[in-house]
Amino acid sequence: MHSFGYRANALLTFSVTALAFICAIASFSDKFSNQNPSAEIQILNINRLKKQSYGNDEVSLTLDISADLQSLFTWNTKQVFAFVAAEYETSKNSLNQVSLWDVIIPDKEHAKFRIQTSNKYRFIDQGHNLRGREFNLTLHWHVMPKTGKMFADKIVMPGYSLPDAYK
Amino acid sequence: MGLVGETVDSIKSIQIRQLLTQAIRLGMIVTSALIIWKALICVTGSDSLVVVVLSESMEPGFQRGDILFLHMSKDPIRAGEIVVFNIDGRDIPIVHRVIMVHERENTGEVDVLTKGDNNPEDDRLLYAKGQLWLNRHHIMGRAVGFLPYVGWVTIIMTEKPIIKYILIGTLGLLVISSKD
Repeated sequence: MHSFGYRANALLTFSVTALAFICAIASFSDKFSNQNPSAEIQILNINRLKKQSYGNDEVSLTLDISADLQSLFTWNTKQVFAFVAAEYETSKNSLNQVSLWDVIIPDKEHAKFRIQTSNKYRFIDQGHNLRGREFNLTLHWHVMPKTGKMFADKIVMPGYSLPDAYK
Repeated sequence: MGLVGETVDSIKSIQIRQLLTQAIRLGMIVTSALIIWKALICVTGSDSLVVVVLSESMEPGFQRGDILFLHMSKDPIRAGEIVVFNIDGRDIPIVHRVIMVHERENTGEVDVLTKGDNNPEDDRLLYAKGQLWLNRHHIMGRAVGFLPYVGWVTIIMTEKPIIKYILIGTLGLLVISSKD
């Protein structure tokens, strides 16, 4: 009952259980944080709206993104992954989501920012449905914790639209 | 040397009936672990419940050796979700983020494009030849939870199988030689 093997086994089991318990509590504490992030996106310019040689429409645009995501950071937060996506509907697809730009925010200081940038990823449609298309710009954030449950949410900003003709 | 001497002594004093009892006890432990595992797979709806992060393509969020808890629900796949998928012809699952979604009007079928956070390009290079999109049946689950470092055990055991054999051998020896 008191051999080395038993003691090592008991110690190991206990430490693993205790660690698992601590991780669960750390994750649970995220539920109590008060979060009120805010964001605003403006389209500075639609640079190009063209039809690719394969027939799909492609848009290039410049965005002005300002956001304050500081309230998302808790002591159990490792990083926040934020991205801006364009969402729109076409006759063939009930929902299209195209990620235009993303950023990894490692800590609270970097979580309040304003940036002007052209789209990081290509905004390409399945087909040629983008002329005159109305779309929403959404800012999504995914919180990656130090341990435990990941959670995500978004702000939807409707009312943007693309030009009626190729340019 | 006392530990080794004790073990050798206890092996010598084993009788058949004791041996069988031990074997059955071991079998019960293994089976109940298996039952719990399969039940969890049922509950979470995902084929594999837990994956170990093997590459650096999702750094700095997920490092090599972290484990991810998976859950698969009927909810539609949306941009930003971290999904685990298999490519036809490869057996290692890949954990990346969805950056593009095109969902069909009537059928609800979906075309999905993924990219690792730390990769410069999207995953089209990783997909099978000629494949431009992932569909629902490629996706094994969504990552919903995360534990750091725990997966190193699996990585070490896969990359140096010797350690796996030593571990199982020692465990087997300990079970056989215990006096309970």
